[in-house]
Amino acid sequence: MKAHLTRRYLFSASHRLHSAEMSEDENRRIYGKCNNPYGHGHNYALEVTVVGQVDAQTGMVCDLVQLDGFVSREVLERFGHENLNYLEAFQHVVPTTENLCVEIYSVLERGFRAAAVEKIRLEETMMNSFEYCGPQPKGAM
Amino acid sequence: MVYLTRRAEFSASHYYHNPAFTREENQRIFGKCNNPHGHGHNYTLEVTVRGEVDSRSGFVMDLGELKEVLNREVLDAMDHRFLNEEVPEFRDRIPTTENLAIAIWQRLAPKLKAASLHRVRVYETPDLFVDFYGEP
Repeated sequence: MKAHLTRRYLFSASHRLHSAEMSEDENRRIYGKCNNPYGHGHNYALEVTVVGQVDAQTGMVCDLVQLDGFVSREVLERFGHENLNYLEAFQHVVPTTENLCVEIYSVLERGFRAAAVEKIRLEETMMNSFEYCGPQPKGAM
Repeated sequence: MVYLTRRAEFSASHYYHNPAFTREENQRIFGKCNNPHGHGHNYTLEVTVRGEVDSRSGFVMDLGELKEVLNREVLDAMDHRFLNEEVPEFRDRIPTTENLAIAIWQRLAPKLKAASLHRVRVYETPDLFVDFYGEP
C-alpha cells in the first residue's frame, strides 16, 4: 500500500531580496523591507514528503537514516547559517522562499535515491509557507 | 465537498523487529527502534472525512459520532498499549508509523457511515508524520 511520509527539519539562514534586473526604486517598491541592503534572517522549517509502497519486510516507505543523512548533508549543512545570496544557486536567482523551495526540491530530486520525493514545504515564518511538487504536467491543476 | 478533520492523541509503545531478519540485520535496519523492550511515543492522529454539507444540519458529519468512532476503534485499542503485543494487526506487521496509519484507516473506513474517509495522518513526533489515503 502507498503511504506518504513527511519529515520536518529546521535551519536558519539570511537573505536579501534584490534583483539586478530591476532599478533601485523598483527593488525597494517590490521587496520592501526585504530589500534592506545588509539582509536579514529567518528560522526556516522544511518539510520533505516522500511517497511509495510500504515495504512488506520493514514496514517503511523510506529508510529515515538515509533521508536524514541526505537532507543534513545536502540541505542543512549547505544552507544552514549561511547568507543565501552568497551561494552559487542564488547568484542569478533571487533567494525568495519560493526559489529556495524549488532549489531544495531539485537537490532532492537529483540526488536522493532511497524514495520518490513528492513535495517540499518550506515555512519562512510561522505566518507563511510555500510548497513545491515539481513541474506540473501541462493541463494539470 | 467539504473536508472535516478531527484530531486525537494517544500514547503507546512499540519496537521494530522482523523475525525473518537476523539479529544483526534487525539492528542495522531498525537501529534504536529494535531495542527489545520497546519505547514509546505520544502520537497525534488526524482523521479527515469528506462529504457534502447536509442542508438541514449544516454538517458534513456529526462530530460527536466521529469522536465516538475514533475513541472506540482506535483510542480504546491503542492508547497506553504496547502495540506489538496488544494490537492484533501488529502480530505479523511491524508497527511503523506507516503501518499504524494503514491499520487505523482499516479500522475506521468501514465504521464511518455519514461521510467517507479521506485521509489518516499519524504524527509519531512533531517532526515525523505519515499520510494514508487508502491507496493500494
